[in-house]
Amino acid sequence: MCLGVPGRVQQWIDRDPLFARAIIQFDGVARECHMACVPEANVGDYVIVHAGVAICRLEEAEAARIFEELDRVDVLGSTAKDARPKE
Amino acid sequence: MKYVDDFRNPEQARKLVEQIRRRATQRWVLMDVCGGQTHSLMRYGIEAALADCVELIHGPGCPVCVTPSDAIDAAQYLALQPGVILASFGDMLRVPGSQQTLMNIRARGGEVRFVYSPIDAIELAKQNPNSHVVFFAVGFETTAPATALAILHAKKLGLENFSVLASHVRVLPAMEALLQDSECRIQAFLAAGHVCTVTGYQQYEQLIQRFQIPIVIAGFEPLDLLQAIWEAVGMLESELPSIVNCYARSVRPAGNQQAQATVDEVYEIADQAWRGFGVIPHGGLKIRQQYRHFDASKRFKFEQVMPLASSMGHDICMSAEVMSGRIKPPQCPYFGVQCTTEHPLGAPMVSSEGACAAYMLYHLRGTSIS
Ligand code: SF4
Repeated sequence: MCLGVPGRVQQWIDRDPLFARAIIQFDGVARECHMACVPEANVGDYVIVHAGVAICRLEEAEAARIFEELDRVDVLGSTAKDARPKE
Repeated sequence: MKYVDDFRNPEQARKLVEQIRRRATQRWVLMDVCGGQTHSLMRYGIEAALADCVELIHGPGCPVCVTPSDAIDAAQYLALQPGVILASFGDMLRVPGSQQTLMNIRARGGEVRFVYSPIDAIELAKQNPNSHVVFFAVGFETTAPATALAILHAKKLGLENFSVLASHVRVLPAMEALLQDSECRIQAFLAAGHVCTVTGYQQYEQLIQRFQIPIVIAGFEPLDLLQAIWEAVGMLESELPSIVNCYARSVRPAGNQQAQATVDEVYEIADQAWRGFGVIPHGGLKIRQQYRHFDASKRFKFEQVMPLASSMGHDICMSAEVMSGRIKPPQCPYFGVQCTTEHPLGAPMVSSEGACAAYMLYHLRGTSIS
């Protein structure tokens, strides 16, 4: 249940606030999901779906930030402050 | 696939492992709260790769595992009532109650169906107007929006033959209960990314204030988890506990307010029994009075289910010790012997998010980060 996999919004079916639905494309499978909790999602956005209900829209800019962060880890990792190698 | 493959890059994962090793001056004890994270940590060999500098203990974040046997017994009782169709998630069908599983009940003629979403149970109710469909709702804050939405749909559609047997749990009170335990060894938490997606993380401040414990919100891919561990170790080394969000592509500080409003409309916070933990104050959700028409616990009178002659004897299961992190699954004497994924004795071996299943699937196979 908690292994929410990202899927791409392919097509809106219903934009009613309560019964909102869209076709979401997951890795190889398209599935109809409920969108009442993520009404702002646009076609092309990625969402996380739990038990048939989308619970968030993934932020592309934030996703990119992890890789910047990883570069920082590389730099920090080699500084004296953070690199305290164990014996 | 986007948001998946990038976060599984083995070369970057190895670098992060190396940096975590260099950063840690002692072996720190971290708890991953969510069962999905436990599976990723095992599947990608992260636990093994960091074994010398980080001990990962696995928390209670498997909803199937913490559902009390009373609730499962109640679901079984309902499934045996004439005219009732009991629907739930697939994993719930194999989890033992006090005597047997919903699968056993199905074999005895009970109408038990598994559904992917609580809202599919609404369809089932529409297709079976002469039956009453009960959805057995378990899960954390991630799943509560879906069951709340199902109830709102039923109300709007005027469905008379649908109700929910709710056994929803809340993570924060369980984390608090773990920290209050005098034998608690947890030094930092990897908080559950999808729970925080719904709830946000402002409420964790009080835990940090009270217990001086670092909390890092983690996703589910190897790089997400490794980055979170790197941050947790950093905070532990610097003795500056705080909260760091390493899953910002999904988690905003205030969470998904639309989802929260949906849950809040239908449910209220209540004390809740957790399997293996006992009653946790504010540890769950119950259906509000104004939605009692859709509350199976109000619509049905419960009696005990008659046990099968060959009851499962699962009381020997050490799930409480496993889910509070006191033991690792292989330390359970039944692990891999009497208890396997084919013949599970307890919920942590049944569930796709259970720690015992994760160890059975990946530990024995010796998966590695490369
Ligand atoms: S190995 Fe089986 S019996 Fe032991 S704790 Fe896990 S589920 Fe229970």
